[in-house]
Amino acid sequence: MAKQSELTNIPHKILEEAQQAGIEVQDKNRSGTFFHLNQETIAAKVNESYEGKLELMDIKAALKKYSWLEDYMWKMVSKDKDEYTKKVSEEYSGGYFMRILPGAEISFPLQSCLMITQRNLEQKVHNIIIAEENSQAHIITSCLQHSSVPKASHLGVSEIYVKKGAMLNFTMIHQWSENTTVRPRTGAVVQDKATFVSNYVCMRPVRDIQMYPVAYCEGEDSRASFNSILYGQKNSLLDIGSKVVLTGRGSKAEMISRAITREGSKMIIRGMIEGNTPDCKGHLECRGLIMDNESFMQSIPELIATKKGVEITHEAAVGKISEKEITYLMTRKISREQAVSLIIRGFMDVSILGLPDALNSEIKSIVHSAAGAD
Amino acid sequence: MDALEVKDLTVKVEGKIILEGLNFILREGASHILFGPNGSGKTTLISTLMGLPGYEVVSGKIFFHNVDITDMSVEERAKLGIIVSFQNPPEVTGVKLGDLLRLCLGKPASEEFSKEEQGQIESFRLTSFLNRDVNVGFSGGERKRSEILQVIFLKPKLLLLDEPDSGVDVESLKMIATEIQKYVASSGSSALIITHKGDILDYIKASYGCILLDGKFHCFKNPLRIYEDIKRVGYEECVSCRLKTSVGWKSNGKTE
Repeated sequence: MAKQSELTNIPHKILEEAQQAGIEVQDKNRSGTFFHLNQETIAAKVNESYEGKLELMDIKAALKKYSWLEDYMWKMVSKDKDEYTKKVSEEYSGGYFMRILPGAEISFPLQSCLMITQRNLEQKVHNIIIAEENSQAHIITSCLQHSSVPKASHLGVSEIYVKKGAMLNFTMIHQWSENTTVRPRTGAVVQDKATFVSNYVCMRPVRDIQMYPVAYCEGEDSRASFNSILYGQKNSLLDIGSKVVLTGRGSKAEMISRAITREGSKMIIRGMIEGNTPDCKGHLECRGLIMDNESFMQSIPELIATKKGVEITHEAAVGKISEKEITYLMTRKISREQAVSLIIRGFMDVSILGLPDALNSEIKSIVHSAAGAD
Repeated sequence: MDALEVKDLTVKVEGKIILEGLNFILREGASHILFGPNGSGKTTLISTLMGLPGYEVVSGKIFFHNVDITDMSVEERAKLGIIVSFQNPPEVTGVKLGDLLRLCLGKPASEEFSKEEQGQIESFRLTSFLNRDVNVGFSGGERKRSEILQVIFLKPKLLLLDEPDSGVDVESLKMIATEIQKYVASSGSSALIITHKGDILDYIKASYGCILLDGKFHCFKNPLRIYEDIKRVGYEECVSCRLKTSVGWKSNGKTE
């Protein structure tokens, strides 16, 4: 593909913003890089040392290369789920195809970036991730919009396959602008003894985002976790949920959210765990902070059991920062502002994402710089 | 010079007057041990001196080195060098003890502790707590060790210690008290230390034993004797007997 180039050929200003969302330009700490700008895939490259361990290409190129890939399209997300999936099914500009080959252990994360720099663009992508049997990988994917773009929308369909014994940790960092409408539609299947961890981090204002990824734990002893760190500001509307359906024997689900709402933002955090097999387990935890009287936070945990023996629990707490903690820190020569920001940064506990150390500190600095910027 | 002077201080907590017309001074460079029965207002006094919310000064003044601090915020007082250790410090989820200690030392988050600081952390047996959230899952003794280390790292001019010895094992008590004494002696700062036990006096060279009783603050020399007296005859008898024999100085702070 002649168009696919090194990341360093991408205009500096664009790259700078991508870096803020976790994209590494010097890709030595990444196993592969995918970059989709507006309606075009401009980079899809596996680092040399990972060749033979993973595949990374534009979905349209992958469909040409592999006829079997058709069988993975529209299996986990249905075309007529809603108006957004319909739109993507009619027309899309590309998306990533990631495949971690059987038994491969990918120590550096795979990175992908879906970026909008054109005004009024409706970006439509379709992504497929396949973690083949006994593979292990971390993926960090950033979706962002260049700050100069006044208005745009992003519709992304993602279908994820975590096969027998595989571990896939998928971290999505969103960095939209105040005028973006975002509709990701994600479905994942988790097979025997496989683990799927889906992390979602949204620290920048967005006009309106609504998502509700679903994981189907069909395999025996399969695991799914959804973790999110959400920071709603400047009249953002975030309706973020996740659902796990437990059907495999001994399957488990966990959901953890940390959310802060301020400056007139509205946040709805949903979580549903459905237990359809006698020995499945699930736990849902949501902690939210509301910072002013103009904002809104709602937590909607839903637990469903259809068999005797299902064990699903939840805890949710929504409130303000404890004045006692602020005062305590102030007795240590710390200003009120600094104390509040310390507590907020601590509240946005990145360790819930279960990332390896290096990636953990990368995400931590993204979260901290956004949360500490006030 | 006096480190602290309290004049005619009346304090309300949740609408109820807890301290009324209190007068006393704390001497510069001296440690004062504060005794008093439960509910006599010792914690209220320390909280008021620190300026904590919920402790309303109805009337009276507090001077720290002749500066009126009555209306100052907690942070302003801390910056002047008034530092408190809490009897029951809150849990601060998400804030690591290591980061808090760095802030106490005025270090940026990225800076390592010096060899000497590391040694202090180790002698407070807190090295393995640096990456833990402040006070979360700490035992009573661990909290006290963390509190006192924070206080020392903050290099206070006036230490307000609310029962630094309660819930602390014998060995830790010795270490905590020795470190307090070491700091106070080397810095020449003053201290007001609440305790119900006398053991701390084995290590801290306190100049005065004070008793808060019925809203009056009495300070006398020889705190160990005061403690023995309290044990023997009780707070009331101890105070009235001392006042008669005119040792030390009276509740108005004037030496006799």
